[in-house]
Amino acid sequence: MGKQPPVPLIVNDRRSDGRLPNEHRPVRMEVGVISNAEGSALVAYGNTVILAAVYGPREVPQKHLELPDKAILRVRYHMIPFSTSEGRKSPTPSRREIEISKVIRTALEPVVILERFPRTTIDVYIEVLQADGSTRVTGITAASLALADAGIPMRDLLVGVSVGKVSGTIIVDLNQLEDQYGEGDMPLAIMYGRGLITLMQADGEWTPTEVNQAVELAFKAAEQIYRLQKDVLKNKYVEPSMTLTI
Amino acid sequence: MLSVTQEKGVIPKLKQDVMRKMIEQGVRIDNRGLNDYRELSIRVGVVRTADGSSLVSLGNTKVMAGVKVEVGKPFEDTPDEGALIVNLEIAPAASPDIEPGPPDENAIEIARVVDRAIRHSGFLNFKSLSIVTGRHAWFLWVDIYVLNHDGNLVDASTIAAITALMNTALPKVELDPAGNILRIDRSNKSPLALNVDKLPLTITHAKLGNFLLVDPTREEEDLSDGIYITGIAGGNVVAIQKVTGAFTKDEVNYMISNSVNQYVKLKNVVTSIMANPQTDLKL
Repeated sequence: MGKQPPVPLIVNDRRSDGRLPNEHRPVRMEVGVISNAEGSALVAYGNTVILAAVYGPREVPQKHLELPDKAILRVRYHMIPFSTSEGRKSPTPSRREIEISKVIRTALEPVVILERFPRTTIDVYIEVLQADGSTRVTGITAASLALADAGIPMRDLLVGVSVGKVSGTIIVDLNQLEDQYGEGDMPLAIMYGRGLITLMQADGEWTPTEVNQAVELAFKAAEQIYRLQKDVLKNKYVEPSMTLTI
Repeated sequence: MLSVTQEKGVIPKLKQDVMRKMIEQGVRIDNRGLNDYRELSIRVGVVRTADGSSLVSLGNTKVMAGVKVEVGKPFEDTPDEGALIVNLEIAPAASPDIEPGPPDENAIEIARVVDRAIRHSGFLNFKSLSIVTGRHAWFLWVDIYVLNHDGNLVDASTIAAITALMNTALPKVELDPAGNILRIDRSNKSPLALNVDKLPLTITHAKLGNFLLVDPTREEEDLSDGIYITGIAGGNVVAIQKVTGAFTKDEVNYMISNSVNQYVKLKNVVTSIMANPQTDLKL
């Protein structure tokens, strides 16, 4: 509250890192980066770099947690101690990380066809390797790719994208500075092919119209990331000889 | 700490069918309309050992909030502001399926949503909590206890927290010329500076099939396909939390505008009760 940013967040429609309000940072994706995992992905939104690894479906270690009609998801979002620009982040889970693990789990649950694997667990581990804002949504994009890489049946791919408000302007893909000093922050997870939102949070102050504009901007960015996710998976799994050319 | 898929409460199939059929006709099993809150009652100052307290009933959901104020050192990035710390526990007394222990992810999530709704509303002036810039400021510890869980813990907890803050008074602090604290006089208190126009409230919607209803009971939460919370202050959105499920853009837009409308009604109820509140500790 009332904190002044060290540099102006937006001047002449340009953000502190030179981007336009609706401009996403470069997105980099790679799948199958952890040989031991069933599926994995490394995703970067600019300087934010996240690893996701998926294990399972496998037996539930704590029997009382298994469900007779579907698989359970076990999700951990975690920041490694040297991932932040401030001092060392304690590796013990903070309240923030516990909440984020939960909202990511409930973002993934509508996407994964859990009914296919009763009495098993599918484990999703998200490690923030380098943080520069928008870590939970980058983690969601990575988790979705890792689940697909693991061959787990899904209803759609899930795209994470953040929107926010700085100096009254709605922006996409917040960096650390914008997250810390902006007027509002709104992370979303979007099943783009189905037009469904499975994660939506907000803080700051927004008019109802601004919320609507922010969601529209998030869907625009999600379309691009969704396409990239498909390309990355196709590049790994579809051999050129298997593609049909008409 | 892993977040694990939770088992939902079991509702007999027959009752589920009745609940769904009624909702299609615009009525709920407790005879409410889809857009009706349960009866709200608020008692404040119920716990004399707290610096401010409140007991809220929303239907059968009962939540108690207490405020303790302490002098602390302001955070480096906000030297002229005090602090707000919100914690929540679902007491094992509140429901047969709650085990004693430190707050789990559900409790932490509720506390953090309530915290964000208050923090971003402008209701509480953090600068008014400053005593000596950079050295002393008031820390407000808001502890919320759920005593009976019948759904919609978030809206009840927000009301409990804000009404406990409205009931809170800060002791007088005597300083020496160098700004050292000589005495904290708890017999001489003045109320917190609060902007009631920016009173924050949360509005929880549950999605059941194609229907969206407010203030779900625990059974409705268990039956629901999704839960979505909007924090409103004045006419603006100050917090959002999708808790479970998946929502379309149209559903989100409806819930945001419906929350703005519900806010006006709920705020009227809260302020009229607070104009002349009961103060005895009675569940």
